[in-house]
Amino acid sequence: MDTALYKNAETASPTPWGRVRRGRYIADRALKIICTLFTLLGAFVLGWILLMLLVEGIGGLSPAVFTETTPGPGTQGGGIANAIVGSLILTLLGIVVATPIGVLAGTYLAEYGKDSTLATVIRFVNDILLAAPSILIGLFVYMLMVQPMGGYSGWAGGVALAIIAVPVIVRSTEDMLRLVPGSLREAGAALGAPMSTVIVKISWKAARAGMVTGVILATARIAGETAPLLFTALNNTFWFSPSLMGGVSNLPVTIYQFALAPYQNWRELAWAGALIITLSILALSIVARLLFKKDKVR
Amino acid sequence: MAVVSGKIAVSSMPTVRRSSSTFDQGFRWASYGSALVVLAVLAGIIGTMVYGGWPAFREFGFGFITSSAWNVGQDQYGAWVAISGTLTSALIALAIGVPVSIGIAVFLTQLCPPWLRRPVSTVIELLAAVPSIIYGMWGLFVFAPLFAKYVQIPLNSIVEGMPILGTVLYARVPSGVGMLTAGIILAIMIIPFIASITRDILDQIPTVLRESAYGIGCTTWEVVRYVLLPQAGVSIIGAVMLGLGRALGETMAVTFVIGNANRLSLSLFDPSSTIASRIANEFNEAAGMQMNALLALGCILFVVTFIVLALARLLIARVKTR
Repeated sequence: MDTALYKNAETASPTPWGRVRRGRYIADRALKIICTLFTLLGAFVLGWILLMLLVEGIGGLSPAVFTETTPGPGTQGGGIANAIVGSLILTLLGIVVATPIGVLAGTYLAEYGKDSTLATVIRFVNDILLAAPSILIGLFVYMLMVQPMGGYSGWAGGVALAIIAVPVIVRSTEDMLRLVPGSLREAGAALGAPMSTVIVKISWKAARAGMVTGVILATARIAGETAPLLFTALNNTFWFSPSLMGGVSNLPVTIYQFALAPYQNWRELAWAGALIITLSILALSIVARLLFKKDKVR
Repeated sequence: MAVVSGKIAVSSMPTVRRSSSTFDQGFRWASYGSALVVLAVLAGIIGTMVYGGWPAFREFGFGFITSSAWNVGQDQYGAWVAISGTLTSALIALAIGVPVSIGIAVFLTQLCPPWLRRPVSTVIELLAAVPSIIYGMWGLFVFAPLFAKYVQIPLNSIVEGMPILGTVLYARVPSGVGMLTAGIILAIMIIPFIASITRDILDQIPTVLRESAYGIGCTTWEVVRYVLLPQAGVSIIGAVMLGLGRALGETMAVTFVIGNANRLSLSLFDPSSTIASRIANEFNEAAGMQMNALLALGCILFVVTFIVLALARLLIARVKTR
């Protein structure tokens, strides 16, 4: 539509080379070219990063990567199986803790608090937490759990990741619940259902796909977080202990330590780990997008 | 939207079974409590940083901010190198990232054919999903060597001996890591955020405004310059500040590529450090006053990002409600 209108403007002044019009013509062309180039640049960088990950990571991928534990300094071979499992556990722990809190808090904002002062303040604080530096959340959980409990632990790592996931879930839950038409709730209330039943059976049901999308996006967000794990779960070269006390090996911190180390096999494992984690996160993001798109069409 | 109040729903149904009414109350309190958790986390972060950093603030006073000493052996700590490193790298990131982000947003809303919009926005937004540690690795192992070879070394021979450029753009060790590299990587990381918010803002501007401008013969450039930007200006500044907030607190990518040096340098090619990178580097080995100093750094970072993010939200929200 815009381009059609623009063409009309062009036919109305067919000579862009006129004295007055020349500057306008050049500015217009420059804008279009620069904007297109910037967009290509953005796409190019993503492509470049993915390509480098594939090139460097695929060489390091071997069955050992998925079956053996992380090697000690200076030893040959080894894998990152314990880091992969540890990451899965920490991410799962984080999301399991964060989902009920986030969903309920989002529900409060959309269904109970609405435009009250408290809800406005919480919404604002949630937006701040959404973009707050994740390393500070690591420091917070260090002081809250690691120091009092006397050591790094998987629990602390899970809590740190949960704190990062909660604002994402709160935001998406509230946004999705606000899209549910009020008449649906009125219909439920008219049948005599208490408010909690209306929310659970009607609002949540109607907003389900969007809320699930929010949880998936939160998972993608915390799966690659490194900074908050540095001071909480730290790392470990062994399999996790079932009590989750003590350091728990995880992919991001392993990548961080191995990438900067002088050993060749550590570097290769770091690239392999980077490839695995990036592909999983991009896959999660794309799944979330597809899910949401379907919901919108319906 | 119609309001359904919990009170009405419960009180108008006196025959509701007691268990369901208990569940109703419990549900209400659970959601109320969860919402308060959000507040508690923010209060907890502030409390922790102030409590942990207090000994350092008390010991060094205001000099903690202005001093550039960071000497673990003598227990002397000053934040200036980290503060200036944080601000400089974030400003470089904005200088590069803002024009590119606005360009992408204009492309997506004004120039892009409809069938291409979705794939292109997806690609740009996926840039935001890539974890920051991956940007760090890519920056250190792929970008930095190329940057050293094709930018720093040729530039060195040009600017050597020149008055100001010879200081600012001279690399004593052209290794590719340093302040400017960190700024460039940060720019790449904040582009998706600023671009997608700016795109949403531009999308909200009524089509009638654009159509009328095209109708009187404006070119796309003139529509962008005289209609869209003035209309969206304030909220675009909000989007930019949101990007700034991200750039200030970004940790892993910066830790990889900034070089983690403790001294002040005027050259953009020299290694430096930011608040976040210093905390990431030193916290695990820190004890006593060093740990307090690092928590004090965290406190400063939190205050700065809080102000920036709060302003960003206010600027963006003002336009949305209009």
